[in-house]
Amino acid sequence: MKTILFIVQKEFRQIFRNKGMLPIIFVLPLVQLLVLSNAASFEIKNIKFSYIDNDHSVASRELISKFQASSYFNIIERFPSKKEADFQMQTGTVDVILEIPNHFERDLIKENGTNLSVSINAIDGAAAGVENVYISQIITGFNQKIQTQLYQYNEASYMRPVNIVTIPSFWYNNTLNYKTFMVPGILVLLVTMLTLFLSSMNIVREKEIGTLEQINVTPIKKYQFIVGKLFPFWVLGLVILTVGLTIAKLIFNVPILGNIGLIYFFTSVYLLVILGIGLIISNHSDTQQQAMFIAWFFSVIFILMSGLFTPIESMPVWAQNVTLLNPIRYFVEIIRMVMLKGATFSDISRPFYMIVCYAFALNGIAVWSYKKTI
Amino acid sequence: MSIQVQNISKSYNKIKAIDAISFEVNDGELFGLIGPDGAGKTTIFRILTTLLLANEGSASVAGFDIVKDYKAIRNSVGYMPGKFSLYQDLSVEENLKFFAAIFGTTIEENYDLIKDIYIQIEPYKTRRARALSGGMKQKLALCCALIHKPKVLFLDEPTTGVDPVSRKEFWEMLKRLQQKGITILVSTPYMDEAALCDRIALIQKGSILKIDEPRNIIKDYQKIIYDVKAKNRHQLILDLKKYPSQYSVFAFGEYIHYIDKNEDFNAADLDNYLKKQLHTEIEIRISNPTIEDVFMDL
Repeated sequence: MKTILFIVQKEFRQIFRNKGMLPIIFVLPLVQLLVLSNAASFEIKNIKFSYIDNDHSVASRELISKFQASSYFNIIERFPSKKEADFQMQTGTVDVILEIPNHFERDLIKENGTNLSVSINAIDGAAAGVENVYISQIITGFNQKIQTQLYQYNEASYMRPVNIVTIPSFWYNNTLNYKTFMVPGILVLLVTMLTLFLSSMNIVREKEIGTLEQINVTPIKKYQFIVGKLFPFWVLGLVILTVGLTIAKLIFNVPILGNIGLIYFFTSVYLLVILGIGLIISNHSDTQQQAMFIAWFFSVIFILMSGLFTPIESMPVWAQNVTLLNPIRYFVEIIRMVMLKGATFSDISRPFYMIVCYAFALNGIAVWSYKKTI
Repeated sequence: MSIQVQNISKSYNKIKAIDAISFEVNDGELFGLIGPDGAGKTTIFRILTTLLLANEGSASVAGFDIVKDYKAIRNSVGYMPGKFSLYQDLSVEENLKFFAAIFGTTIEENYDLIKDIYIQIEPYKTRRARALSGGMKQKLALCCALIHKPKVLFLDEPTTGVDPVSRKEFWEMLKRLQQKGITILVSTPYMDEAALCDRIALIQKGSILKIDEPRNIIKDYQKIIYDVKAKNRHQLILDLKKYPSQYSVFAFGEYIHYIDKNEDFNAADLDNYLKKQLHTEIEIRISNPTIEDVFMDL
């Protein structure tokens, strides 16, 4: 026990003396949390909208004004011809072209229907999908209104049209604030990446500078050395979590509905998994550079398959199955559930036990593969 | 017997690093492994300090088998690797305290053993190890290797990269440690240091060529070595190599060491030959053989 304490003490000394590392440990997460949470938004705003009005009628102008009124669209220009508009799409100055055909109003009244042509720049498919929804919503709204008016114009006797209006209620995040969703996720990312990178570089660093050779000739026990080396990073992970939660609450006003102790409890087990992965990487690499690349490889896969940026439900089935092996997936899931939904332990017990199993398995492998010989 | 090595072999990917090495080191002896870089010295150290497993053979250190009792060996030996391997970002005192702690002891407990060495670096005890000079690093490393009062001390090229004055001091320290009853196995590529050991083993390409006391090794050397000197040193080496009865020619300090094949060699003949080759300021004299001469001949 005393030996472990000495190693922990030495480790902390080295961390705080590493002038290059210290800012990375403390400043980087803050900056990332502040910047990423504001920047990594999936809300589509400032859509560059243009139109071609071939009809020049009351109805067509009313439709255009609907788009003008929406905060999502910036009306760039009105083009005289589709050809001209297509050219601007090519150069990238517009994202959406709405073409209103000749006799738009007449067809609406006489034939009870007409066609509109909408072209959307779909280089970013996800954004195009969202834009499509916005446009459809505006057109549907316009459609309902015009129908009401048309009925009033045409029929002598007033006939009430049947309109179904849906009013969605968004649970757990009812203003659909993107930051409420993203901040806990990015916090997970930071806690994971920092502890993974630091721990995977830690033991290999001693290997690289040769101190491990000296240590290995001492009667120090494997578990003492490993616990002593990894404990500081476990503490560091929890410190980063604390800093992150504070920022989430104070700056982003993210609700923390669940028990904060539950978040800490889960994180403390989760960190064991990450430290185990770090140790395995450390054992199997000879230089810090190698360790860095391996850690980077895993973290990119883990992050992209964690449901942080893209919902797991929309992945193909095989990919969904792969995510079951991804510890970050569970952390993202749990932190969102606890913070936003106020989940209790019984709600998160299944992913929690998964993480516990994971921690045992990985650390078992890590300790087993750590050799006190060269 | 402090160290007993029997037919130890080790290969790295089919390349033999050491081949059937055997030697013994007595209690309280200062034993030197002398050989050039790549001779297999470090491999021997790593095997004896339980960092590496040998492919064949057996060995014991301080009475413990290197495979079965490796834990006991780690408690009773001190090891100083060739590369400085203390924490550069910790201070002198912190390094020493750390190594004392992981051996379950304190600086105070074994202070008398390291006192002579430690007082030399004590004025800098708050300085980071990184900021120490090569000689002081060496002293600190030695202190750390001694802090748990080892029975056997392994020093792998302790004086490589250290200035001549510090090297001399270092060997004096080793002599004092030896008087305290510590068995020391030291390796060095410097032949002049070999003469300071009680016994030496000359190794090359993973095999031991000779084991004896340094003076016996020199005494046993039969050939007569001539120091040769001339103005154009480079041309001199080339010309000496062309001399019909030459046995070996190699540079040694400011002289060229020349050995002839024939026992009835006459220095005057060589002098004439060199004069014919237009050498000036020619000097030829008989030299005292050193370990290096013996080594070059093996």
